Amino acid sequence: MVEKTKLIEMYQGMLQIRYFEEKVFELYGQNLVPGTIHLYAGEEAVAVGVCANLRRDDYITSTHRGHGHCIAKGADMRKVMAEILGKKTGYCKGKGGSMHIADFSMGMLGATAVVGAGIPIAAGAGLSIKLRGTDQVVACFFGEGASNQGTFHEGVNMAAIWRLPVVFVCENNLYAMGTRQSLVMTIGNIADRAVAYGIPGLTVDGNNVLAVYEAASEAVNRARRGEGPTLIECKTYRLKGHSRFDPAAYRPKNEVEEWVKKDPLSRFKSKLIEMGALTEEEEGKLRREANAAVEEAVKFATESPFPEPEEALEDVYVEEESASNK
Amino acid sequence: MKEITVRDALREALREEMKRDKTVFLLGEDIGRYWGGAFGVTKGLAEEFGDERVRDTPISESAIIGVGVGAAITGMRPVAEIMFGDLSALAMDQICNQAAKIRYMFGGQVKVPLVIRTPFGAGVNIASHHSQSLEAWFMHTPGLYVAVPSTPYDAKGLLKTAIRGNNPVFFVEHKLLYPVKGLIPEEDYTVPFGVADVKREGADVTIFATLYMVHKALAAAKRLKKGGVSAEVVDPRTLSPLDKSTVMKSVKKTGRIVIVTEDSKTAGVSAEIAAMVAEEALDYLDAPIKRVAEPDTPIPFSPPLEQFVIPDEKRIINAVKETVH
Repeated sequence: MVEKTKLIEMYQGMLQIRYFEEKVFELYGQNLVPGTIHLYAGEEAVAVGVCANLRRDDYITSTHRGHGHCIAKGADMRKVMAEILGKKTGYCKGKGGSMHIADFSMGMLGATAVVGAGIPIAAGAGLSIKLRGTDQVVACFFGEGASNQGTFHEGVNMAAIWRLPVVFVCENNLYAMGTRQSLVMTIGNIADRAVAYGIPGLTVDGNNVLAVYEAASEAVNRARRGEGPTLIECKTYRLKGHSRFDPAAYRPKNEVEEWVKKDPLSRFKSKLIEMGALTEEEEGKLRREANAAVEEAVKFATESPFPEPEEALEDVYVEEESASNK
Repeated sequence: MKEITVRDALREALREEMKRDKTVFLLGEDIGRYWGGAFGVTKGLAEEFGDERVRDTPISESAIIGVGVGAAITGMRPVAEIMFGDLSALAMDQICNQAAKIRYMFGGQVKVPLVIRTPFGAGVNIASHHSQSLEAWFMHTPGLYVAVPSTPYDAKGLLKTAIRGNNPVFFVEHKLLYPVKGLIPEEDYTVPFGVADVKREGADVTIFATLYMVHKALAAAKRLKKGGVSAEVVDPRTLSPLDKSTVMKSVKKTGRIVIVTEDSKTAGVSAEIAAMVAEEALDYLDAPIKRVAEPDTPIPFSPPLEQFVIPDEKRIINAVKETVH
C-alpha cells in the first residue's frame, strides 16, 4: 500500500505538469514561445509514476516531449519555463529550448530530440553506475516510435547482457507523429520485444498512475539489486497533437473521446477521493497551488532577459590550457 | 628515450592512464582477451585490468558510442574503439549529434570526456568499406576535437591529452602507422592539442601533411633537397583545435604551400586549409596553393587501382615543383 503523503505528492506532480503544459500551449498561442513544442499533457501518469520511485541521485533520460519528465524528476519549473522561452535564466541558458532540457544537479541527463538516441546513453549511465559500484538506477523514457530505431535494439541488448540498472520506459501513445503503431509494427505490445533480450517486459495502463508506480517500483528495485533492466510499456495518449498546431486529424474522433474519458488526472482524483485520501476541498487547494507555481514560473521566465547574442559562441568546449582554439 | 612502434605507444598511453585513473575504461568490438583489438592496440590490457574495464561489446557501433556518452556524462572517462573508421558512419548520430553537442545544448552544464579511437587510411587492399579517410566529417563538427598523430611520440602524448581532457575527442590512427617506429621518452609526457609540429624545417615551400602523409612528405622533402628545393613539413597533430599560427608563420616564411592529405579532395581537410591560407595569407603567397589528395572516388580494391588513388611521393614532388618552378 502506497503511503498517503506519497499519493498526494504524485497527484500534485501530475497537476503541476498539466497546468504547466496548458500554460505553455497558451503562451505558444501568444507567440511567446519560439520554435515548436511537444506537450506531455495526457501522459502525466507515466513520468510521475516512474519518478516517484527514484532518488535525487538516480538518473533519467528524456525525449523531445520532455517537460513532464523534468518536472516529475524535481526540476525547477521556473528554469524549465525560461528555457522554453529562450531566456538566459533557463536550464541551458537558452541554448537548448523545449526539446533539450537537462538538470545534471538532480540526475536529469537531458532530453535528446533524435528519436531513440537517449536509449544507449541511458545504458551508458547504467554502465557508469555499475563500474562506480553505486546503487543508483536509470529510468530511460522513449516513445513507441523509438522502439523501431536501431538504437533501441543496440541499447537494450547491451543493458541486458551486462545486467545494467536501467528501467526502459516506453510511453506508447499510439502515434509516431501521425503514423499509427499498427502501420509500422505487427505486434500490439512493445513489451513483447523484451523477450528478444531476455529481460522482463510488461505492459501497463499508462493512464493509471498507481499501475505505473507499482510496475516501476518492482523494476527499480530489481535494477538496484543488480538484477538488470526491465522494459515497461505504458499505454497512454497525448491530449494534443504531435507538436505546435498539429490538430491530430489522423486520430479518429471516437478514439480521442475514449481516451479523454481515461484522463489520468480525473481517474486518479476519483480514486483518491474514493480511498478517502483526498477531499474535494483539499483537491481545490492543490489545484490553486499548482496554478500559482506555474504562474510564478511564467513571471520568472517572461521577466528574464534573453541571452546576449554573442553567448552563442560559448559552451562549445570545456576550456583547457592545452587545447585552445587558436 | 626508447624506440617503440605507434601501436605500442598507443597501448602504453592506455595502460598508464588506466593505472593513473580508475574512471578510465575501454570498450569496443574484440578489444578483449582473444584479439586485443583488430590491430592489437589493446593486447594484454584485459589480462591486466580485467574484463570490466576492457569491455568487449556486441557489433553495435551506435551503442558503443552512446554508452560511452552516457558513461562520460556520469563521471567516467571511456575510451571507445571503432574497429575501422569507416564504421563510424554507423555511430554518426551519437558522435556528431550527441557527444559533440551535449555540452553546448545543455548550456555548459556537463562535460563529455569521451575518446573515440579508430583507424583510417588506405593501402592494405581492403577496399571501400575499410580504407577511407573521413577526418573532414569530424573536423566539420563543432564540439569535437580531432587528433591525427603521425609518430609514436605524438600518438602517445596526444592520446594521454585526449584521455585527461574534458572534451570528446575523435582520435584517428592511420592503419599503416601502427608498425612505424620512433623514439619516445621513458618518463610520462603529454602532447598538447592545437600545437602543430614542424617535422622538417625549410625555406622554399611549406608542405602541410597529416597522418601517414607526413612520412611521404618527409621522404619527398629529402628528395627535393637534392634538387635544391628546401621544403618545410608542418604536421598539425590535431585538426581541431587547429594551430593556425604555426601554419601561417610557415607560409609567410616560404610563400608557398602544398597541402597533402589522404582524404578525397572535394570539401576535404585540404579544402579547409587552402581556404584558411587564401583568406588570411594570400598576400604572402608567391604561387597558387596546391593540393595533393585522393580523387573523388571510393577506395578501390585491386592493388594497382588502390595505389593509383593514394597520394604518393611523386605527386607531392610534382606539386612542389609546380609551385617553385
